[in-house]
Amino acid sequence: MTDARRISSRRLPGLAPWLFISPWILGFFLFTLGPMIFSLIMSLHDWPVVGERKFIWFDNYTTMLTQDPRFWESLGITAKFALVFVPLNIALSFLLAVLLNVKVRGTSLFRTAFYLPSIISGVALVMIWKWIYSKDYGLLNYGLSLLGVDGPNWLGDPNWSILAIIIASLWGLGGTMLILLAGLQSIPKELYEAARVSGVPAWAQTVYITIPMLSPMLLFTFITSLISAFQQLTIALLLTKGGPTNSTYFFAMYIYDNAFKFHDMGYAAAMSWVMFLIILTLSVLVLKYSAAWVHYEGEAKGGGNG
Amino acid sequence: MILRGLGLAGLAILGLKKSFGTVDVLKGIDLEIREGEFISFLGPSGCGKSTLLRCIAGLEELTEGAIQLGGREITDLPSAKRDIAMVFQNYALYPHMNVRKNMAFGLSLNGMPGVEIDTRVRNAAEILRITELLDRKPRQLSGGQRQRVAIGRAITRQPKLFLLDEPLSNLDASLRVTMRAELSALHDRLGVTMIYVTHDQVEAMTLSDRVVVLDKGRVAQFGHPLELFHRPANLFVAGFIGSPQMNFLTAKVEGQTADSITVSLNGAALTIPTLGHAPVDPARPVTLGIRPDRLEIADEGQLTGTIRLAERLGTENHLHIALSSGGSVVVITDGTHPARAGDQVKLRIPPADAHVFDADGIALPRRLDAATEALISEPEGPADPA
Ligand SMILES: Nc1ncnc2c1ncn2[C@@H]1O[C@H](COP(=O)(O)OP(=O)(O)OP(=O)(O)O)[C@@H](O)[C@H]1O
Ligand SMILES: [Mg+2]
Repeated sequence: MTDARRISSRRLPGLAPWLFISPWILGFFLFTLGPMIFSLIMSLHDWPVVGERKFIWFDNYTTMLTQDPRFWESLGITAKFALVFVPLNIALSFLLAVLLNVKVRGTSLFRTAFYLPSIISGVALVMIWKWIYSKDYGLLNYGLSLLGVDGPNWLGDPNWSILAIIIASLWGLGGTMLILLAGLQSIPKELYEAARVSGVPAWAQTVYITIPMLSPMLLFTFITSLISAFQQLTIALLLTKGGPTNSTYFFAMYIYDNAFKFHDMGYAAAMSWVMFLIILTLSVLVLKYSAAWVHYEGEAKGGGNG
Repeated sequence: MILRGLGLAGLAILGLKKSFGTVDVLKGIDLEIREGEFISFLGPSGCGKSTLLRCIAGLEELTEGAIQLGGREITDLPSAKRDIAMVFQNYALYPHMNVRKNMAFGLSLNGMPGVEIDTRVRNAAEILRITELLDRKPRQLSGGQRQRVAIGRAITRQPKLFLLDEPLSNLDASLRVTMRAELSALHDRLGVTMIYVTHDQVEAMTLSDRVVVLDKGRVAQFGHPLELFHRPANLFVAGFIGSPQMNFLTAKVEGQTADSITVSLNGAALTIPTLGHAPVDPARPVTLGIRPDRLEIADEGQLTGTIRLAERLGTENHLHIALSSGGSVVVITDGTHPARAGDQVKLRIPPADAHVFDADGIALPRRLDAATEALISEPEGPADPA
């Protein structure tokens, strides 16, 4: 005890705070910043898993952008996926959150039920969906047949496969829903009562009160959904393996293949950096243009009781 | 149901009961409020003031009973159709809208023409002196300014009835005094019926034409503020109104006439005039009430005791006295009175100032001197156009 005090106060003033923060700093350098820098260096190399590494400047990047149609294809598929998934994910989460925010008996049961898929292992989830989507024995097509509809080959038909993946991905919206639900519950109920007294109809309460008050959460879920859309891998990998005819060959899967199938670590690292830059750019753009529609109560000073 | 003596916008509450599940919060409320009156709902925390107000506002469904406004049944009408406006304790301003929008929001969604809305917002802003704040967001306002905006929003609805739920309780003491005066002025200016919920008796006493004292979901008394003070209907009101609290002493009935009652207190007899009362059961003890400022330190008195604590407030002293007969009382004396802690004193109860409550806690009607009687007699319908 006395030793420690002597060290911190005389020989090394200011050491104590660094000691306290060191677990985080170590973690950050070892597991976040370190690998990032390492992968950046990798991306400037021809880096086979075994064999000689060669520094090739930006060759990986130029190859990707100019001579690799698969890069563009997979990026296109990912963009298409994101374009449908992100709005749907947020809209459905919002809808569910609003429904679950209504005080009726059994609400907590439903809350748990909707969140359940988010805590199940992704692999187990995929196995369930495989069975649901199966052309001849699947639950989905059985249900459709009851309605007299001849269901498509969900996972085998390039026209349907991406939709199948979107639906399966939406299954995990519990997390998004939970964030929005927490947001809904933090809106003071007097706002709605004041609106009721002034005769504001329910739809207008949603549009003019709920959504603006929820906007910081909506922005947050927008960005996290965007990120998870670009990182989509597990479900596609296990459900369709990118097929049929590459119709679900996502960008992240191409990175995965480059690294672990084609053993071209340098190229995979370069692609990861491109993905990082795309997500970063999109997030920055979203944040920049969100100022117009996002309302932060937190800016208020002494506005806690409002 | 026929209403007696109600102005056009009078409010009548008939047999109102409200339960949440198995909890009975309001247990049968009957009230008749005249047009233009300023009414306070006063009572301790949890007595059901807010619930009653919310029932009137249509934010809670009644379990039983009916509400009429201006002779019109509004019990089952949605809030918006009741011709009321409400000001919430925490203001309930829409934080993402500026002041102008906050006031105009409800109106514009009800299809009111923009010109009309503009006029109303401008009028309300002028009345409340917030014109220069119209383009600010609520978070850029002080507490008092927010409160004004909330009141402004209510004014723009031009309601028949204003409902205010502890609108000043979030403000600091000096601002409360200012806003109290402004509310009073606003009421005079608009002449509209206002119901004001508070647990602060000073607010209720100073602002109101009449006060409803609520106790555990029942109306304990409904009357002129000074009537509550000088002629409390029961032990609850007697103890609740006035600070420090009225002193209560147990006494025995010795005899009674039609308009006086003689009780004995530690052997001393005391004859207290009443306004005429139903005979009291002499076998059961009564409670004698005397306000601290009416107890006198004298050479001869019915009570003796020792001063335990003397609080000197400058203009007056609050003396906490342990009685030799058991129990304790508080006496207010002039600030220059020399009494000190440890002193033995004798206390005299002036009979005309004593309140008598029967064994069930109901007051025997007090006989008051003419001047006080004039003070507490209700002014005829304040907004009576005649
Ligand atoms: N929604 C509700 N569900 C169940 N009980 C409620 C509900 N609202 C109020 N109560 C109960 O009703 C009683 C009266 O509540 P109310 O809010 O009317 O009190 P109040 O007189 O306004 O008190 P305060 O001065 O603290 O605001 C309380 O005991 C409260 O617990
Ligand atoms: Mg209340």
